[in-house]
Amino acid sequence: MSERTVELEVLRFNPETDSEPRFQRYSVPCMNEWVVLDALNHVKEIMDPTLSYRWSCHMAVCGSCGMMINGEPKLACKAFLREYEGVIRVEPLAHFPIQRDLVTVIDDFVTKLKRVKPYLIPKAVQPVEAGEFRQSPAELKRYKQYTLCINCMLCYAACPEYGLVPKFIGPAAISLAHRYNEDSRDGGREERQQEIASNEGVWECSFVGACSEVCPEHVDPAGALQQVKIKSTVDWYQEHLMPWNKK
Amino acid sequence: MSAHGKPYVREVSRYAWFFRSPRYLRYMVREVTCVFIALHALILLVALRRLSEGREAWESFLHNLTGPAGVVLQLVILAFAVYHSTSWFNVTPKAMPVQIGEKFLPGAVIIGAHYAGWFVASIAVLFLAGAF
Amino acid sequence: MAKSNKPIVWGLFAAGGTVTAFLTPALVLLTLLPAFGVMPELLAYDNLRAFAGLWIGKLILFGMLFLMLWHAAHRLRVTLHDFGVRADGAVAVAVYLAAAAGTLAAGYFLLRI
Repeated sequence: MSERTVELEVLRFNPETDSEPRFQRYSVPCMNEWVVLDALNHVKEIMDPTLSYRWSCHMAVCGSCGMMINGEPKLACKAFLREYEGVIRVEPLAHFPIQRDLVTVIDDFVTKLKRVKPYLIPKAVQPVEAGEFRQSPAELKRYKQYTLCINCMLCYAACPEYGLVPKFIGPAAISLAHRYNEDSRDGGREERQQEIASNEGVWECSFVGACSEVCPEHVDPAGALQQVKIKSTVDWYQEHLMPWNKK
Repeated sequence: MSAHGKPYVREVSRYAWFFRSPRYLRYMVREVTCVFIALHALILLVALRRLSEGREAWESFLHNLTGPAGVVLQLVILAFAVYHSTSWFNVTPKAMPVQIGEKFLPGAVIIGAHYAGWFVASIAVLFLAGAF
Repeated sequence: MAKSNKPIVWGLFAAGGTVTAFLTPALVLLTLLPAFGVMPELLAYDNLRAFAGLWIGKLILFGMLFLMLWHAAHRLRVTLHDFGVRADGAVAVAVYLAAAAGTLAAGYFLLRI
């Protein structure tokens, strides 16, 4: 196993003592096959126990360790040291307030997630005796891609519109609404449209596409949002030109 | 939120955010194509006006449009128009996925069909206008 | 949260974007070719006048211009916001008014042919 010394430049912020964040340099002895998260763990375990950051699964399924690595939103457990040369700059995920060091305040995202009602709202109340909801493989395929979201918020860090307009509901929340709208078992689309078809919803999106480029699970939120725009536009014309049509 | 001190909010530059990465710059170039589409529409509008004013007005307009300054302007418009076309067609599979049974039509097929349509439409326009 | 009325301008933006994506390069080529020695027949005064004299010709020219103007207007509104201009209300009125003016002008000129 071969080693290398990696220079990490980490943004530190202690809300109890600091008025501003500042960078701190660590020279970390690493293994070549490590990821940035391994280097951070080494810092915390051996060099500086005060360093704070979120992490859990270490295999890109929990979505906890999102941070800016050399200015790019990445999962720290998926950022391989061998892809980087020189000093590696590690900062908290962009567009979120810094709680402490690499830990961000994610309340805004959680609130928006709740707003879009990311759960099945059945078309009609069905008693248990009626049996299970049946769904064909094709019906599943229709929305499956959007179920892969791990709520890591990399897309919010990448989205410039979210950075400029914080009330934008954002890529992941709207994609999750779309996931349920496209689910054949669901009947809650009109409820979700009240949120996502608003000015703060999908219409704040200008299809930059950065969200899809950084998504570690290939959800393609940009695609989901464009599809929501098209459907919302068709809806709008139906509602305004054929108001007798109640869905 | 925490009871242990105020979180720090990092400023996002309202005017210079798109210099932060090449992907943002590419996005702005794509958006700015609208200025040149608008210019082209303006040229067409003036063309219609001159056409309605008579032979001399039209021919003098066309003469100016195909002079050196007009050619440079049109070449710039053409470059941005082509970038608009390519960036538009390249994202069509995202906006309009085509599901057939359990599979989705490959993005390359959808994009390819658009490029083919672009080619056919362009040839048709040039042919019907008697360019060749 | 009220549903937005943006669909109306976005729909025009999308339609205009599609039309310009397919047609604009060829149209620019049409008026570029004369500078390189190729004169498309349609650009001769009599021919173009005849084409614009047909109702189908007027409809095509009007439809194209209408969609181009509204596509550019809406995208310009969003782009100005991206460049940091925050007066979205004023910008929206300005760009859509310009597109409307262009549309009316197109209709007016076409009716005079």
